[in-house]
Amino acid sequence: MKFIKFLLVGILFGIVMAKSEAMSWYRIQEMFRFQAFHMYGIIGVAVVLGIIGTALMKKFKIRDDQGNPIVFAPKARAFFPYLIGGTLFGLGWALCGACPGPMVVNIGYGYLSMVIVFASAILGTFLYGILERFLPQ
Amino acid sequence: MEFMFDFVLQPWPWWISGILIAAIMFLLIYFGQTFGFSSNLRTLCAAMGAGKKVAFFAFDWREQTWNLVFLVGAVIGGFLTQQFLTEPDAAVQISQATVQDLAKLGFAAPQGAQPDELFGLEALSGFKNILLLVIGGALVGFGARYAGGCTSGHAITGLSNLQLPSLIAAVGFFLGGLIMTFLIFPRIF
Repeated sequence: MKFIKFLLVGILFGIVMAKSEAMSWYRIQEMFRFQAFHMYGIIGVAVVLGIIGTALMKKFKIRDDQGNPIVFAPKARAFFPYLIGGTLFGLGWALCGACPGPMVVNIGYGYLSMVIVFASAILGTFLYGILERFLPQ
Repeated sequence: MEFMFDFVLQPWPWWISGILIAAIMFLLIYFGQTFGFSSNLRTLCAAMGAGKKVAFFAFDWREQTWNLVFLVGAVIGGFLTQQFLTEPDAAVQISQATVQDLAKLGFAAPQGAQPDELFGLEALSGFKNILLLVIGGALVGFGARYAGGCTSGHAITGLSNLQLPSLIAAVGFFLGGLIMTFLIFPRIF
């Protein structure tokens, strides 16, 4: 039962991805071709509100629903993993028109080919786990 | 009433989606977690036993159950939208310029949410299409883990916290997307 809130937020996420068309390969193509504001508007509004809200949560030391302090853990300092990993991710994002979240929303929507894409994404992560110690970190 | 009905069935404008995505991130933070979807890929590897062979997956994946539940919710959300919250066969209204660019690559104007040329079940009879889906998925899964996050973890959560690594990752996301769109697409489609 303690997981039901995560199920509900997940359902909201799925509906938002589908209703905003952010799950669509066409919208991702339109974004990378700079031919509409739509995707930039979605990400832009989310980030601007995110910056304001995150700053407020820190300033007022908001606690989570269990009463624990909220910690914003900083990411490790590095350069190449973020840039190279990010670029590989971007190649796949444009090719499939979906990042991991929208992949599963598409499966629910009925695009069963996305099962192949998502399974392959799991495999890609597995491959990373094997090769991790050989890669510059 | 009619207005509400229209609103539910029509695609939502960008600003409503942006507000709701920020709300989802804050809800997850308020629930003591973070908004990072690609962590699920690692969790699923661990849940399938990858930790026995590879140290990267040797962690207690059960602590990430909440995120797997979120994933199940996302699938249900997609299903509910398709069943109840959208016009049948609603085509994505992309710009005319994009329609023309995609036509040059052999993609017809949108008939639904996704191009049948890539994601239709008939497309699965072509070896090349399956290969593209496999390569694309693998790049997303590999790249997300190497970069330490995906769109939700870096571009939304990380940038909201003004983290430089997330900005570098987001630049990488875009760089990769532009390379695929402008340099590779003309050679594979």
